[in-house]
Amino acid sequence: MSTARDEILGAIRGALGRGQLDDVTRAKLDAVEHAHIRPAFEGDLVERFVRKFESRAGTVTRVAKLSDVPKAVEAHRAQWHLPKRAAVGAALHKLKWAAGWEIHFDAAGIEETLSVSLAVCGIAETGSLLFASGPESPITHNFVPDDQVAVLPVEHIVKWFENAWPILRQREDGMPRATNIVSGPSRTADVEQTVQLGAHGPRRVHVVLVG
Amino acid sequence: MEMRSKEFKSRAVYYIHDGALQKAMGMLRDGFVAKRTQQAAELPEFEALREEAKNLKNHILDHLDHYLTRYEAAVKASGGHVHWARDAAEAREIILGICRRVHAKTVTKGKSMVSEEIGLNEALIENGMDVVETDLGEYIIQLADEPPSHIIAPAVHKTKDQVSDLFEEAHGTERKTTVPDLVNEARQVLREKYFRADVGITGGNYLVAETGSSVIVTNEGNGDLTQTLAKVHIVTSGIERVVPRLDDVTLFLRLLARSATGQETETYTTFSTGPRRADDKDGPEEYHVVLVDNGRSKMLGGRFREMLRCIRCGACMNHCPVYGSVGGHAYGWVYPGPMGSVLTPLIKGLDNAYDLPNACTLNGRCGSVCPVKIPLPDLLRELRHMQHRQKITPAIQRHALTAWRFAATRPKLYHFGEKVAARLLALAGRRKGRLRKLPLAAGWTDARDLPAPAGKTFLEQWQKQRGGQ
Repeated sequence: MSTARDEILGAIRGALGRGQLDDVTRAKLDAVEHAHIRPAFEGDLVERFVRKFESRAGTVTRVAKLSDVPKAVEAHRAQWHLPKRAAVGAALHKLKWAAGWEIHFDAAGIEETLSVSLAVCGIAETGSLLFASGPESPITHNFVPDDQVAVLPVEHIVKWFENAWPILRQREDGMPRATNIVSGPSRTADVEQTVQLGAHGPRRVHVVLVG
Repeated sequence: MEMRSKEFKSRAVYYIHDGALQKAMGMLRDGFVAKRTQQAAELPEFEALREEAKNLKNHILDHLDHYLTRYEAAVKASGGHVHWARDAAEAREIILGICRRVHAKTVTKGKSMVSEEIGLNEALIENGMDVVETDLGEYIIQLADEPPSHIIAPAVHKTKDQVSDLFEEAHGTERKTTVPDLVNEARQVLREKYFRADVGITGGNYLVAETGSSVIVTNEGNGDLTQTLAKVHIVTSGIERVVPRLDDVTLFLRLLARSATGQETETYTTFSTGPRRADDKDGPEEYHVVLVDNGRSKMLGGRFREMLRCIRCGACMNHCPVYGSVGGHAYGWVYPGPMGSVLTPLIKGLDNAYDLPNACTLNGRCGSVCPVKIPLPDLLRELRHMQHRQKITPAIQRHALTAWRFAATRPKLYHFGEKVAARLLALAGRRKGRLRKLPLAAGWTDARDLPAPAGKTFLEQWQKQRGGQ
């Protein structure tokens, strides 16, 4: 038994001028689902996602089908003169890579330059990507490499954050260790409020929209 | 950290004459303030969201015990540990205990104001650990051996030249003079630390009761590298940061980035739930949350409950003319500006921070921009009342106030006094139209002249004008 726990909870109840809530009241509280105001917007979700993501220094390209992803990754690699090596989420293990590519499905190491990850969904409201960690999508892929390519099927773009939460709730194993919502490359304004990309996380985040 | 709020006046004078600080504070006004104004204007729902956030926070505080215990159960169900700390010393001991058990040598830290509040760094360093702040701003001030001067932009008081000096000395490399080069150098240095860390400590913007998740919101990604690459992840958070459900996080996310840095969203929002899972390829092996009371449950019971709505965005200080003139260090402890002027006396004692609630013009901007509508000017005024009642206010001020109240509650006497004073001042200033000195008001007239009044009081002139209509 933790004395500190009981004392703090006791102090809270004392401050609120009541004792512990009974089970009926507690169950009622748990059943409340506060619905909040959502920013109103109209129009195509894909167009909005792209516009918002690009407004935060992200880049987007479109391909017709999943098997086109390696070509899009190759184009990004060539543009930024990266080595032909990538940490790929095992969720994308079926992709066929051209000769000369070194592909692995492990966590990203300190020298990792490029990762390719499958996003759970895109959120049109702010142009954000949502990743859920797991054996097929290591967390380090989202933060360690200089370049991250995010694969996002267009049908996985939702309107508001509120549309993303049910996807997480419906997962068989519940919330993952890490749910990462990413809105563009890493940035800082800690030196004279000057925005600089690539603070600690990826310097570039490139979305490949599929479909 | 050492508490220096008692020296507010002398420190304020010092910082007003600090050229580098004044240059840096000028950028704050053009940056965060302008960007927030623009973001608020671009979201028609902004004002309605503020009202909703205020109401939700009030609901949470009314049922705080319930949401905390529900959160605790959810953390345990996901394989994490919850620790409760009554005060700063207990919180330090809990964290030190975890670090010692895993024989921690290197501890990386994401930004956490609670860890500043409990004086964590000093305790870890005293116990032989290498503590590395990884937020760029926090890293800069750690090198400078200074406390943060802003709750979300800790190094806002530093100029680029000062950062260049600090990096050159600490890294032993060629002096970097551009922002990209400075940021890149820190990136390389800190990268090594993340991978070497035994323990990673972050704050928690929100604790989600539904899922047992802690949430951090950052732009740099340092908090994520901190908590992912260390063997143990420890979260420090105040007990008031719990929210019921994921949907409730959304409400605050929509307000936080806009109010804090004037962005629509920050770059990274991360939910951490328990330690790494059996088949995961990365992530910490242990996950701990330290829930810190440190005066908060006491605040819940009194007139200052509303302060517990605070989401630590910093908008109040960005908009405060006093903060903008003296910077964060003048306040002498970890929380500066209007929110700090309320929190510091409540956490550290009214008599330890006498000047803070008084270093306020009551212009009301802080309250008008607060995303959860905390009536900061009212709370500051309430603290002044408490100081008066507890006789912490200097005797001469108390007696002057008592005399003023005596007159102000007697309108005839008050108007008579006004008439006399207006005529005397007009007489004294009749030659130059202004007064260079006033008895009992040297503090005011030393720096400027008082325009001489017209000779009659406002009320006399008003009545005369109205009578003539």
